[in-house]
Amino acid sequence: MSRIETDTVFVRRDFLEPEAPPPSLGGIPGWVRKNLFSSPFNIAISLSMLLLLAWALPPLIRWLFIDAVWTGTNREACLPKNGETVGACWAFVNAKLAQFTFGSYPADQRWRPSLVMIVFFVGLAWVAIPRMPWRRQAVWLMLTAFPVATFWLLYGGLGLPIVETSNWGGLLVTLVVAITGIVASLPLGILLALGRRSKLPFIKIVSVVFIEVWRGVPLITVLFMASVMLPLFLPTGVNFDKLLRALIGVALFTGAYMAETIRGGLQAIPKGQFEGAASLGLGYWQSMRLIILPQALKIVIPGIVNSFISLFKDTSLVMIIGLYDLLGSIQRNFSDANWSTPSIAPTGLIFAAAVFWVFCFSMSRYSMYMERKLNTGRKR
Amino acid sequence: MADTALATAPETETAVEMIGVNKWFGEFHVLRDVNLSVKRGERIVICGPSGSGKSTTIRCINRLEEHQKGKIIVDGIELTNDLKRIDEVRREVGMVFQHFNLFPHLTILENCTLAPIWVRKMPKKEAEEVAMHFLTRVKIPEQAHKYPGQLSGGQQQRVAIARSLCMRPKIMLFDEPTSALDPEMVKEVLDTMVGLAEEGMTMICVTHEMGFARQVANRVIFMDQGQIVEQNEPVEFFSNPKHERTKLFLGQILH
Repeated sequence: MSRIETDTVFVRRDFLEPEAPPPSLGGIPGWVRKNLFSSPFNIAISLSMLLLLAWALPPLIRWLFIDAVWTGTNREACLPKNGETVGACWAFVNAKLAQFTFGSYPADQRWRPSLVMIVFFVGLAWVAIPRMPWRRQAVWLMLTAFPVATFWLLYGGLGLPIVETSNWGGLLVTLVVAITGIVASLPLGILLALGRRSKLPFIKIVSVVFIEVWRGVPLITVLFMASVMLPLFLPTGVNFDKLLRALIGVALFTGAYMAETIRGGLQAIPKGQFEGAASLGLGYWQSMRLIILPQALKIVIPGIVNSFISLFKDTSLVMIIGLYDLLGSIQRNFSDANWSTPSIAPTGLIFAAAVFWVFCFSMSRYSMYMERKLNTGRKR
Repeated sequence: MADTALATAPETETAVEMIGVNKWFGEFHVLRDVNLSVKRGERIVICGPSGSGKSTTIRCINRLEEHQKGKIIVDGIELTNDLKRIDEVRREVGMVFQHFNLFPHLTILENCTLAPIWVRKMPKKEAEEVAMHFLTRVKIPEQAHKYPGQLSGGQQQRVAIARSLCMRPKIMLFDEPTSALDPEMVKEVLDTMVGLAEEGMTMICVTHEMGFARQVANRVIFMDQGQIVEQNEPVEFFSNPKHERTKLFLGQILH
């Protein structure tokens, strides 16, 4: 009940106590009215979206689930009979699941990649959940023992029969390429980003040239060069693995992108942070590791994850050098005479899209969670 | 050889010695023949209009800025391009900035223990005890587990002072420590600085807090256009400035 003071002199007698805010329009009706039907324009958009959904969703659901074929052992199952329509051919995906996962990895040895994948996902969850005990040790194991064990299990030797990388395929290759790329490109990107900001001309030039060359070349070219051109320059008899060449190409390529993302983060750190660190006597590497990078990397998490997601999907390009990732393995099976029907191609592609989406969406969600968790700063 | 001799030299009477220091920012001659000698335990206040080179002067003392001509000797160590010597000097010289420069991703306690642990190689537990000691001295031990962003400006600046003290510096540099604070918070920071002065810390402060200068300074230095224009003990400096430029400046700020 305060009135507008019009007099020159005013002295407050007592301070007002804080009050609860006025009640908002709560509940679902309130939300709907506020977000969907707040203005004529909004109403028009909401209604047309509803119409669009009503038009598109039922046939899609029908194709995906109701008319879909779930079981069967060959193309007979997915062929339209007596004029009835046939939807997605899930029987095809079901029958080929092992191939989509492992490629032509020998059937009796498939326990090896299976074991690697299980250990990987358990280890990843362990490292990713902050509450877990022994987390620091788990990180070290995942970065040291796990890659060695993975190489041994997947490739073989020391008592295990050797499986050449040309027989690897499917999701296995997608994961190997993507994860190696991710793990290698982050430290490489950090070093290149620091190098590009270095005051030492030699280091700076090397970093700039590296970044600009790799970033300026399409990934397809990199992979193609790695598989076709590189052997021409190697002495005869020296042959190094096609998958390994692809791994190195992808890691260097992504590292160059990563470097520019991280450099953006470094540039966002105020000069005062560098000076504060220096004034306490911290050396270059100490201040980078303890002060600058933790803040810079946090700022660019969206950009880093963007690169990871992009890399994960780009693994499909290894197809052009004759390696078959998830998408490649699926496409290869389209020509299987035993299954050839009109619906296997869309079914296979939708399956591939769904698997890629699950991985990429998980990365996206985890990065959002990390951003929230690390948001301690709110700095001035 | 000279290095080790310097490192083990007995404590000199002079804390900071600047001889004929010149510095340029590109074409701009920012420090022109600055000569300054600060004895141990002495408290110097540097004032002057903006752009007069006062901040640059003290930033040269811990080599946040590089001088191009002249000599700077800090705690018996001459500052050159030798990174080892620069680190040695920075270990002994604390600095408090206008904008605090606390590390926003670390708690108050971690801000204070970081340098003792990594630079002085102090065990974590001991570093935390030292940090709590100094946080208590600046009267905010209860904030130890908060992040800088959760504190007021005055509290942050007191943390910054505590963070410097945790390295047990022999010399403290203050670069306009109260200029970015809300008026109500200036006093708490100045009180902390007065306390430090009373304990005999060697201090060089760039500040416009003339009350502080009167209370604790042994000498007030007035700079303009990159040079020292006048220096005197505070009473004489304020009541009887000699140079026209000083009179004009004091007339502007002491209404």
